[in-house]
Amino acid sequence: MTFRLSSSAIDAAALKKELGDPRAGACVVFEGWVRDRNENREVRSLEYEAYAPLAEKEGGRILAEARIRFGILDALCVHRTGALALGDLAVWVGVTAEHRGAAFEACRYLIDELKTRLPIWKKEHYAGGAAVWINPHAPLSKPAPSSKG
Amino acid sequence: MTRTISVRYFAALREQRGLAQERLATTAGDAAGLYAELRGRHGFTLPAERLRVAVNDEFASWTTELREGDALAFLPPVAGG
Repeated sequence: MTFRLSSSAIDAAALKKELGDPRAGACVVFEGWVRDRNENREVRSLEYEAYAPLAEKEGGRILAEARIRFGILDALCVHRTGALALGDLAVWVGVTAEHRGAAFEACRYLIDELKTRLPIWKKEHYAGGAAVWINPHAPLSKPAPSSKG
Repeated sequence: MTRTISVRYFAALREQRGLAQERLATTAGDAAGLYAELRGRHGFTLPAERLRVAVNDEFASWTTELREGDALAFLPPVAGG
């Protein structure tokens, strides 16, 4: 069970090899790719910024949850930081289990939780030169009390 | 009481502050008070309600009492994946 950040290109084939296990009857992999559009804007490139020590802790917690909930054999997640081009791998999640059901469910759980919980930020660079930090509209789960002091 | 605190900024906050990290002296008693102070000084657009705070590399409550030497980070809404 490993979560890590990578400032260089993700080597999916090498990661899949790391998961090799004679007990596993299933391996489910999710790859998040950099797409050329978001909310009707033409995306040219992305950058990811991470709060590394906390991202690594939280990633480890999410993996531990998945192991308990789904009884998987192993899981490996890598998230990019830095500048990415269209088509680049932004995030890679691989899960092994004895059977496919647990592997599919755990993989879905992992990517959903990683997206909402990791302290990682994405800046989209658009055609025409504008760039925006993506700022989800949903309120956070633990809102602050009203400001004081 | 004045304490020396280190603060890390990320993403939009880092750009608005113009730096990624600083050490500062504050009389704020908790993380909410410190953010209010810094928002007033630097004009951060994000209200505290949209942020989370981390103290010493762990998610924390806004009402956590600040101690000398604490390392705080104010976390804008995340967007991984």
